[in-house]
Amino acid sequence: MYVAVKGGEAAIRNAHRLLADRRRGDRSLPSLTLGQIAEQLALACDRVMAEGSVYDRELAALAIKQARGDLIEAIFLLRAYRTTLPRFGYSEPIDTGAMQVERRVSATYKDLPGGQMLGPTFDYTHRLLDPSLAGDDAPDDPEAREGDGVPAMRVSDILAQEGLIEADGETGGEEIGDLTRTPMEFPMGRDTRLQALARGDEGFLLALGYSTQRGYARSHPFVGEIRIGEVEVEYRMPELGLTVSLGRIRVTECQMVNQFKGSAKAPPQFTRGYGLVFGQSERKAMAVALCDRALRADELGEDKFAPAQDEEFVISHSDNVQATGFVEHLKLPHYVDFQAELDLVRRMRGEHARKQGGDEAMPEAAE
Amino acid sequence: MATAHIVEGGFADPVFASQSVFRAVMDAMARPGSVLPIDAGISPPAPLNAAAAAVALTLADGDTPVWLEAEMAKNEAVAGWLAFHTGAPLAQMPSDAVFAIASNPAHLPPLTGFALGTQEYPDRSTTVILQMASLSDGPVLRLSGPGIRTTNSIAPRPLPGHFEMQWQAINDLYPRGLDLVLAAPDAIACLPRTTRIGNGEA
Amino acid sequence: MTLETEIEDGLASYNFAYLDEQTKRMIRRAILKGIAIPGYQVPFASREMPMPYGWGTGGVQVTASIIGPDDTLKVIDQGADDTTNAVSIRAFFAKVADVETTTRTGEATIIQTRHRIPEEKLTEGQILVYQVPIPEPLRFLEPRETETRKMHALAEYGLMHVKLYEDIARNGHIATTYAYPVKVEGRYVMDPSPTPKFDNPKMHMSDALQLFGAGREKRIYAVPPHTNVVSLDFEDYPFEIQTFEEPCALCGAHGVYLDEVILDDRGGRMFVCSDTDFCEERRAEGHRGHLSGEAMEAAE
Repeated sequence: MYVAVKGGEAAIRNAHRLLADRRRGDRSLPSLTLGQIAEQLALACDRVMAEGSVYDRELAALAIKQARGDLIEAIFLLRAYRTTLPRFGYSEPIDTGAMQVERRVSATYKDLPGGQMLGPTFDYTHRLLDPSLAGDDAPDDPEAREGDGVPAMRVSDILAQEGLIEADGETGGEEIGDLTRTPMEFPMGRDTRLQALARGDEGFLLALGYSTQRGYARSHPFVGEIRIGEVEVEYRMPELGLTVSLGRIRVTECQMVNQFKGSAKAPPQFTRGYGLVFGQSERKAMAVALCDRALRADELGEDKFAPAQDEEFVISHSDNVQATGFVEHLKLPHYVDFQAELDLVRRMRGEHARKQGGDEAMPEAAE
Repeated sequence: MATAHIVEGGFADPVFASQSVFRAVMDAMARPGSVLPIDAGISPPAPLNAAAAAVALTLADGDTPVWLEAEMAKNEAVAGWLAFHTGAPLAQMPSDAVFAIASNPAHLPPLTGFALGTQEYPDRSTTVILQMASLSDGPVLRLSGPGIRTTNSIAPRPLPGHFEMQWQAINDLYPRGLDLVLAAPDAIACLPRTTRIGNGEA
Repeated sequence: MTLETEIEDGLASYNFAYLDEQTKRMIRRAILKGIAIPGYQVPFASREMPMPYGWGTGGVQVTASIIGPDDTLKVIDQGADDTTNAVSIRAFFAKVADVETTTRTGEATIIQTRHRIPEEKLTEGQILVYQVPIPEPLRFLEPRETETRKMHALAEYGLMHVKLYEDIARNGHIATTYAYPVKVEGRYVMDPSPTPKFDNPKMHMSDALQLFGAGREKRIYAVPPHTNVVSLDFEDYPFEIQTFEEPCALCGAHGVYLDEVILDDRGGRMFVCSDTDFCEERRAEGHRGHLSGEAMEAAE
């Protein structure tokens, strides 16, 4: 007896109820507060803000809670919310040179003005599970060093004094691209490309960055500097001729310094790969910097052969909200197309069987 | 002071008004030569007519430079009104315009002077809004092409000089080209670049 | 105030049809250029929607940009109104645009579809909005946008013909059964979305306006009414559509697209209309297929 599949609406409703139940989990345990997520899963919130392209820690915490800890789902929630926000304008470029640095390390100089500051890093922790964290032991208060919070000079400025590194690029003149407002077009400008990378999936960019270290477009990278800290966001109101501060955001900036042999136009010098990400995410900032440098192959007249150098490939596939949507859409019904394929395969098998001499019955001849 | 003229006379309910005007423009573009009424209840400063203004308010914004034919550009009320209600910057050259509005088609520069798109991006072309005194009592244009079952006809006036010859030149550029919105005070009709104009005899 | 109540108070309510007006204007401009250049893919700054990319975000953005309070919306997926994604999208518009919805093809002013064109002939004034996953018909022959854009610019479609001809050489058939490429008004080769090629002839000289939205790939394109849409083929291998040997088991219709339904684990199967509305209306008119006894009706 055939009963057509009906009741999609009820099925969806019930599925969502079950989801809400599983999200909450064991009712005898207290529900997570957004404050707990924002404070204690701060790096998860940072990633969701960065790839969700919205700097709002509380909304990121809400998204993480709603997504049951699935960060890509949380990123998606934030992006979908972002889309609906009215746009008042563009901020002034942030000045990371004026950053209140909480962490700042350079791999290229032993010591430098402003010093090396480890800050809150996993580096040099021994990765041993810590049983004390199973409870609620309060850690010791951190110690603050005299002079913390003083702006530290950029490593790239040190190299620039000798003319050893390419200039920082020009700002002004041309309008900065915005891929959330204008359709992407290849080849892209470096501005739009960096925007795409900043929103890109950490895992994907990490793998691509890694591939450049293993010889797929090796760029001899050195971490000129990584800095993490707060910067001021300013907005200029042209009609009032006024620049106002909108607040402070935490960002991670990575400047990679890469060898460059020089070309007909430019003498041998160091070049840069640049990464800037919302929140504290060194891994992402470094991966972006490696990819940025690899993607400058055309600009610097380098041979192009590796995936990380291929702008269309990298940028078209770096967005995890797009990627997860399209991969997961395969679970939607496709039976209309599949029927068309079934029909063709059956027909071709029938012809194949006839060609083979006919008498040997094909399995589906028993139908 | 002219401020009141600039601020008043826009859509009373922008969300629904622009939706209904857009549907008329879309319908008109999809069925070239069909005349669709526009009643958006707006009162732009003269010489901008209500239908042309409604189309501009529906489609133009800060991302779309608008070029105004000289007579309109000189008119501070019109320029101010459009700037206030759309936020669109004024295009200096016809070739920079996403939209162009002309109240006096006789003074229009050659159509080929507007943005015509490129072979790769033919969509990057101007949509020209020509104000018409009438869509029915001018010389008859016989139309054919996509959107038209067999033929259609329309009789707009006043058209730019040597219009049929100019339009033939646009046809010849396909897929580059531009698209026209003919705006009588209370109705519009469209001629997309694919529409061919035959002679006026039935 | 706690963080939680602060957020509850702060989350904005949504605009009519979800999209903000600036986004609608951007999409509306793209739609108009799409109509003016039939078959050409207009790039647009696609937005994130509250459903995933690949699940109809392009179609949803197009529908959201054209729909008004007077519209009646029908949403189908695989031809059916009651497939989960169709239900979900219909519910979305019922909620954010408060429009009337219908399952009747004839009553709808806008029909959003995934993978099918309704069997009932569409009429003047109706708009068919397709959800498109990969809008570029040349994409699987040439993955680079920079290259395919050049091919369209030059109307250089030899590669597509070579691909179709290779199929014939290898299989004796053109092995493309859905998303079968068409040429629009003699100029642009266009992907009709993954509809079965059975539906291709319905696109030709349709009375309805056809709009295509690809959200993830950020393209909108269109076919105006009464426009030439020709499936690519060869003189010695003309385009042909699928035919089904038996009629619909429920309504007895011939010459429609059928879904194969597996009835048991012994190879039992039946073929029924993929267009559920078409099938239901025929049965309401008294048509019966060989498996639609009265018991069957009662069981539904």
